[in-house]
Amino acid sequence: MTVAAIREYIGVPRDSVENFGGKQIVYASWDRHLLFAAPFLLCLPPETPFRDLVAGPLTALVQADPDAVALDWTTVEWLKDNQPWAPDFDASLAANGIGHKDQLRFRTAGLNSLSAAA
Amino acid sequence: MDMKVAKKKLGLKEKYRALTRDLGWDTTYQPKDAVFPYVGYEGIKIHDWDKWEDPFRLTMDAYWKYQAEKERKFYAIIDAHAQNNGHLNLTDARYLSALKIFLQAISPAEYASHKGFARTGREFPGVGTQVACQMQAIDEIRHAQTQIHAMSNYNRYYNGFHAFADTRDRIWYTSVARSFFDDAMSAGPFEFMIAIGFSFEYVLTNLLFVPFMSGAAYNGDMATVTFGFSAQSDEARHMTLGLECIKFMLEQDPDNLPIVQNWIDKWFWRGFRVLGLVSTMMDYMLPKRVMSWREAWDIYGVENGGALFKDLARYGIKPPKGWDDAEKAIDHMSHQFMLGLYQWSFGTAFHSWIPSEEDMNWLSAKYPDTFDKYYRPRWKHIKKLADAGTPFKNYGLAKLCQTCQLPTVFTEPDDPTLTCHRQSVYKGQKYHFCSDGCQHVFDNEPEKYVQAWLPMPQLFQEPINGDLGAWMEWVSLRDGKDNGDYAGSEDQRNFEAWRGLATTNQ
Repeated sequence: MTVAAIREYIGVPRDSVENFGGKQIVYASWDRHLLFAAPFLLCLPPETPFRDLVAGPLTALVQADPDAVALDWTTVEWLKDNQPWAPDFDASLAANGIGHKDQLRFRTAGLNSLSAAA
Repeated sequence: MDMKVAKKKLGLKEKYRALTRDLGWDTTYQPKDAVFPYVGYEGIKIHDWDKWEDPFRLTMDAYWKYQAEKERKFYAIIDAHAQNNGHLNLTDARYLSALKIFLQAISPAEYASHKGFARTGREFPGVGTQVACQMQAIDEIRHAQTQIHAMSNYNRYYNGFHAFADTRDRIWYTSVARSFFDDAMSAGPFEFMIAIGFSFEYVLTNLLFVPFMSGAAYNGDMATVTFGFSAQSDEARHMTLGLECIKFMLEQDPDNLPIVQNWIDKWFWRGFRVLGLVSTMMDYMLPKRVMSWREAWDIYGVENGGALFKDLARYGIKPPKGWDDAEKAIDHMSHQFMLGLYQWSFGTAFHSWIPSEEDMNWLSAKYPDTFDKYYRPRWKHIKKLADAGTPFKNYGLAKLCQTCQLPTVFTEPDDPTLTCHRQSVYKGQKYHFCSDGCQHVFDNEPEKYVQAWLPMPQLFQEPINGDLGAWMEWVSLRDGKDNGDYAGSEDQRNFEAWRGLATTNQ
């Protein structure tokens, strides 16, 4: 049973992709960089090149972290759906298989000024 | 008329009987199921509603008398507080942030609770239950009213109090409490009783009210202390109702146990997430702190909660599933959440601030294993950014949890340096969670939670379409007045100027 109800009950999701005017939600976060309290929520057209996502909003948002200056996007490790994953920087979000509400994570081994070891 | 009256006055017991049980009747021209349509679908089996005992046996006339007396005292003190500029006796206007969060998130919850108990009283067939729920419904609306009246005095002088209803409905940090009550009110009557009567009123209420009311007393807020006292005697009745209800369900049929256990697991975790707000009040927002969140948890969570679950063990009830994860989070949650509130303070109808060196030393003494190691470096860096004239604002907005609706600020239970990432796929769509506890709640009833109204994704839909200014107007947030850092705020300037007038000859 997917809900306790007195009769058949179908929920309508509030955050379906068609509600975002041709754009989609992408979540992105920098592992072990908790100066940023939660993953970023970005709203972008699916045809946005991955490179633009990185060079645009993502680069701007991470500037407050002292590691931002040493961040080399060509060497970071990526995860999508919590699994290792390699993006094509020149392809669009859609062509990279980044769907609505997908979570991207990136790791920078050895670069963690504000984070204590666990 | 010559009627013989045997006895002029009924005894207390007879009176209670006359005013409760005698009001019950068997239906004749409608089947009972049609009159009480919601009492069966949750699967709870009740064989004898007369076994329900209202431990207080309060009758309506006695109830009015007690409550009227409390109201008289309450409003006398509130009036005196207003007339004597009671707001200038506060330790510091930073204290008001705790009060604003309370008004925006918790007072509306009292009102929601009122609606829920009124409905539940109608939906239960048992007369004792109906009467107890009815009285609690009236209590709850009284609490909402007295809180709003008490805080309206502050609204005359300070920002952030003026639009608590919009804030409750539309802003992001209140949605943890709003969704808790929406979830309970859209559940069946038995689940509602576990959610509010048991989880909220019994397990969590001390953690919410005791530290908060003591905090008010410590910080010179007599108005809030007064509504605390006025509500306290009601709370004792509510706690007893919640406990009676759970015991009644468990005694009526052994098949009820797994259903009740599942609800306890769910509502403990949902309540624990609401307490995230309280933890920041206790550790960060009270200028003069009563005790740390950790200390409050040890007393009201571990000791009292532990004793309760020991007591319920004879029915086969186990401590809530998320209990161990909660314990692991205690030394982290207030810091993780407060760092979030600070960096998104452009979108809060209260002020936050960077803790002073003295505050940080207090936090490090209260959290010797976590504060210096994990959180002080972040605050120090944020301080550095502020001193350089580039204060830290995180315009990235936040991923929210589909269940508790908080930003996903919490970390893995066993790794405080790594955000807890959890996701489920339902009917082809992805949903994200802050914890295993919230993911379990969703996975049990996905059809319900896919409908969650999440404030951050909504900001990018019609009619706001990502326009932060339009969003502020829509949530009744006045930029530069209600939001941002306490340092340099109108609240700070005014409080200092008025207090100066009251305490110096300038």
